[in-house]
Amino acid sequence: MSLSAWLSLLVVMAVAPALPGIANRTKSALTGRRGAPVLQLYADLAKLWRKGVVYSLTTTAIFRIAPVVVAATTLLAASLLPLDGRSALLAFPGDLVAFAGLLGLGRFFLVLAALDTGSSFEGMGASREVTVATFAEPALFLCFTVLVLATGELRLAGMLGQPLALAWPAAAPSLVLAAASLFIVTLAETCRVPVDDPLTHLELTMIHEVMVLDHSGPDLALILYAGALKMALFGSVLVSVIIPRADLAPAAALAALIAGLAGVAVAIGAVESVMARVRMNRVPQLLVAASALAGFGLILQLR
Amino acid sequence: MQPFHELLLLLVVLTNFWVLGTTRLSATIRATAIQGALLAGLPLALYPGFSLHILALSTGTLVVKALVIPYFLTRAIREAAVRREIEPLIGFTPSMLLGAAAVALAFSIAPRLQLPGVRSDMLVPVALATVVIGLIVLTTRSKAVTQVVGYLILENGIYVFGLSQVERVPFLVELGVLLDIFVGVFVMGIVVFHINREFDSLDSARLTELRD
Repeated sequence: MSLSAWLSLLVVMAVAPALPGIANRTKSALTGRRGAPVLQLYADLAKLWRKGVVYSLTTTAIFRIAPVVVAATTLLAASLLPLDGRSALLAFPGDLVAFAGLLGLGRFFLVLAALDTGSSFEGMGASREVTVATFAEPALFLCFTVLVLATGELRLAGMLGQPLALAWPAAAPSLVLAAASLFIVTLAETCRVPVDDPLTHLELTMIHEVMVLDHSGPDLALILYAGALKMALFGSVLVSVIIPRADLAPAAALAALIAGLAGVAVAIGAVESVMARVRMNRVPQLLVAASALAGFGLILQLR
Repeated sequence: MQPFHELLLLLVVLTNFWVLGTTRLSATIRATAIQGALLAGLPLALYPGFSLHILALSTGTLVVKALVIPYFLTRAIREAAVRREIEPLIGFTPSMLLGAAAVALAFSIAPRLQLPGVRSDMLVPVALATVVIGLIVLTTRSKAVTQVVGYLILENGIYVFGLSQVERVPFLVELGVLLDIFVGVFVMGIVVFHINREFDSLDSARLTELRD
């Protein structure tokens, strides 16, 4: 528990809503449009926060607590990551499972809330979200396993910190494979284009968006904010793998993280502009390919 | 730091996965072309110091595997005007998993296979994995063109294996092998064309139908 860990968590929490804006702005620029302001999500959140909430009569308490659970679990997951490059607020051996588990818990409540509304569209979205998650999670764990083997650390703060920088020269190929796999997982977990299209508003094609259709006001704000923070979290893991920042001063490491996060957002936007969304039945194939990449990295580590 | 030839071998395995995962015929041919180019760079990276033998081997591989054969196959699918999508007998996801299992198996078996004078400990496992993935492509894709691609990948695996023993294999043998593949692909190209004319399809499963 250090001051720099607290500060970096607060900074990442503050910049997270800008990331989807950067991704969308990149997409607009690459497709010849002006696009919404980068800081649009801040304005949206402020607007939603002032509004009232509407609850459908068919919903139960689950629907009301879900947004809070989603936001809380995402925040807790954030506190497990070494955002300043060396230490996390919470660190214990095996916390990488807690990281995935917390995000899984948030997703579980989101899915429950979607089913709670009784809307067939939301049920369909929930089913799709779970399908995607089923394939994304093994890939994430394979990436973590590569990192564990490369660094010999079971704490996220360790395996993304100093030991990773030392492991790079010897384990470069498998770390590159793991990073590529992580990027695909990031696209899937943050509901971006090859898997899900954040800009579509047709209920039949939406995955994440359709699940949150019934949420309104502060509830929706919490869910949108948790989504942005999740993008920041997966982006941070990716940036930490690619650029080990343990040797930099805390402030410089944090600045490198922010720059890296912006880079990840730009990359996501670039992928969205050059790729079409893949057919729903090919999404598992894409994620299995990501698992195969990470699995190959794992084999290289075990060699 | 990792030596350059390990990077090349890594990319060879990734092109294998690409062939397993793609749904487009032209993409599989492009993947084999890239694999051929990678294999052409491999002898140069493994045996630094330019000898005529290595240089000729590399050039021959580049010309045959990366340029001539892909060009020929591309022409074959254009002339036969086949559908550009692959129809695998087992789905893309299972074949990708099979490929991953093949790579895992190859890397676990390879250390028991002690060969004298191997320059890189990744050479043998990558060769085994490539042979097995070639076999998977050969047996699970029903189009004649993809079977040619599977055969090529299988042969590429044998080539990687041969690279571990370059000093002992005479140059003429290697040239003969390259020529063999070329003739093999040539003949298969003609066969592909004829299958297509007879059956209006490249599905080799239909070869079991008897007709006058």
